[in-house]
Amino acid sequence: MSRQFISHDKMTAWLDALSRDRAVLVPMDDCGTVTFRPYVPGRKALLDKMPVRAPKEGVFPQTETLLRFKYDKDPENLDRVKVQVREVLPTQKAVVVGGRPCGARGQLILDRVYNCDTMRDPYYVSRRENTLYVTVACTSAESTCFCHSVGSGPDDSEGSDVLLVPVEGGYVAEGVTERGRELLAEGDFESASQARMDEAGAVISRTRGQLGEAHDYSDAPRKLLERFDDMDFWNEQAAICISCGACTYLCPTCYCFNMTDEQSGLQGKRLRTWDTCMSFEFTLEGSGHNPRPTKAHRLRNRMGHKFAYYPELHEGLIACCGCGRCIKSCPVSLDIRAVVQAAQNHNAVPEEAEEKADA
Amino acid sequence: MSVLQELKEQIRAALPELDMVLGWEQGFDALHMRPLFIRTEKDLERLVLNPLCVHSLATYLPGLLRGAGNDKKVGLVVKGCDSRAVIQLVQEKLIPRDRVVMFGFGCNGIVSLQKLEAGAQGCSGIGSVEFAGDKVVLSAPDTKVELPFAEIRSGKCETCRYHNAIDADHFAGARVEEGAVPAKHPTLEEFEKLPLSERFAFWQEQMRRCVRCYACRNTCPMCVCRDHCIATSRNPHWLTQESSTAENFMFQMIHVMHLTGRCVECGECERACPLDIPLMLLRRSMNGVVRELFAYESGTDPDATPPLLTYQVEEETINERGW
Repeated sequence: MSRQFISHDKMTAWLDALSRDRAVLVPMDDCGTVTFRPYVPGRKALLDKMPVRAPKEGVFPQTETLLRFKYDKDPENLDRVKVQVREVLPTQKAVVVGGRPCGARGQLILDRVYNCDTMRDPYYVSRRENTLYVTVACTSAESTCFCHSVGSGPDDSEGSDVLLVPVEGGYVAEGVTERGRELLAEGDFESASQARMDEAGAVISRTRGQLGEAHDYSDAPRKLLERFDDMDFWNEQAAICISCGACTYLCPTCYCFNMTDEQSGLQGKRLRTWDTCMSFEFTLEGSGHNPRPTKAHRLRNRMGHKFAYYPELHEGLIACCGCGRCIKSCPVSLDIRAVVQAAQNHNAVPEEAEEKADA
Repeated sequence: MSVLQELKEQIRAALPELDMVLGWEQGFDALHMRPLFIRTEKDLERLVLNPLCVHSLATYLPGLLRGAGNDKKVGLVVKGCDSRAVIQLVQEKLIPRDRVVMFGFGCNGIVSLQKLEAGAQGCSGIGSVEFAGDKVVLSAPDTKVELPFAEIRSGKCETCRYHNAIDADHFAGARVEEGAVPAKHPTLEEFEKLPLSERFAFWQEQMRRCVRCYACRNTCPMCVCRDHCIATSRNPHWLTQESSTAENFMFQMIHVMHLTGRCVECGECERACPLDIPLMLLRRSMNGVVRELFAYESGTDPDATPPLLTYQVEEETINERGW
């Protein structure tokens, strides 16, 4: 397929053009940390660093107002209260520029949950349909990267509308989808020379080389389920976990949320906010009972969800995009790869195997 | 004998009497260590000790020692600041001192990975880190970078006056001499020169960035409410779940107020923050207030009572009638 090229000095004009009638989220220096921020002309985009936060917030924001409500008392009969509800459906068109292939592909994990035959989440679907992804391929791999082990790679275009591969002086661009190609028409792109396309290919194979050999997770679902009742295993794996939510909040594929009504006086709003399965309150029931009372139960759930339960429901697709944020930002360096691999390498104790056979 | 060897021998000798000893081991790459729970002599082989052993292991103590009928005895390796956390927890009767064994050593400061990464720009794929006196040598496949240790040292170490673990049951290696340090941290000194409106604007900007992951709270050895924190409790419903600047600010204010007179400035909150919010600025400010009002330094004297856990009609250090 033909590729196009845009030089660094023309990128700003393209971002300016994109932001004319859309919200544009791009990585920026935000007080020393790189995160996605709303782009407005004059602000500087940073496209060579992986943002700390995931691109999912483009379609799945941390806080979202689902509806606003207001109670009206009938002045004739104060016992009668009428409630007015106003739904707040997002309609803004948006582009997320500068995410990595892992993050864009991670979005597809959410799609299968919020936009499928059995469930259509109108808020998510509306945002998703209005949001395009312009992804930047990776020019180097970090020690926490493992996209290649979960079926992806440094130039994976799945989930992206446009893929930019950094080369000397600019980017080689591929319009992956029809709507992505329309975005390219808004910038000053030229046809990419063979030399530039070769250079782009070399950049990608170098990054691939840095990633090393891929780990095979294909038996992870079975091995994790075998360990399900082995609380000694989970206690050991979770010992250092401090139960914060850095892993889940920075994860491109974590999609759990909480809903709360925040009322002040006679009016309020219903909010949807990110939730984290690493927190005690996540499964705390109204009765006071908690089916996941310890951090070992909760870590088991996070690993199981991503590497066993989700793949079982979705044709073996692992619900992890290998970006490594959960490893890199974990305050105690708990490594999701090591936990799953420990389950894969676990040798069943003979007595336990016998017990199972008896049952 | 190296400090690590000496430490290992001390732990080896004490291990039969203990349920576990907390230390550090190599993590997923050369720059990252991770906490290690030593239960057997075999686990002990994995113990490491270097300025990348950043975590405060005291954070685990209330969870490990809590509960009726729990008679676990836990050992832990402590830097000076970590030992202060243990002492403060003991003072507040949150952990029993007789079920804790502290393995101390003289700490020359720990690394700030944030500063290290900034200093090692362009040095990707660091495969090994060597600490040679006041220098740090980072080796990557194609490059070698040498940085002065002082440049990548954690900010908290700049005003540390407790390099040696206090009240340790065992002490490995020689004691580090305490040098003269400024009473007020240079970052706070600079910050307080700004007009109030600018300081407020600074915090507004920082609090907008908070992701409310509670890593700051959960790494904090003094945050003991954990599963019952009022920031996440639904009943009572003190804070909304909204991740707005105002709500984030409110949570961080609750956090800092609950630490006033208790914070030992171990810096874990700031280190753990994935967004690098300079939370220590708040802690230092409040600790300065406590020092001034109560002449109290948290976690340094096992027999002292923290000033906000007690009450005196006339505070010795506050001249109320002299106003």
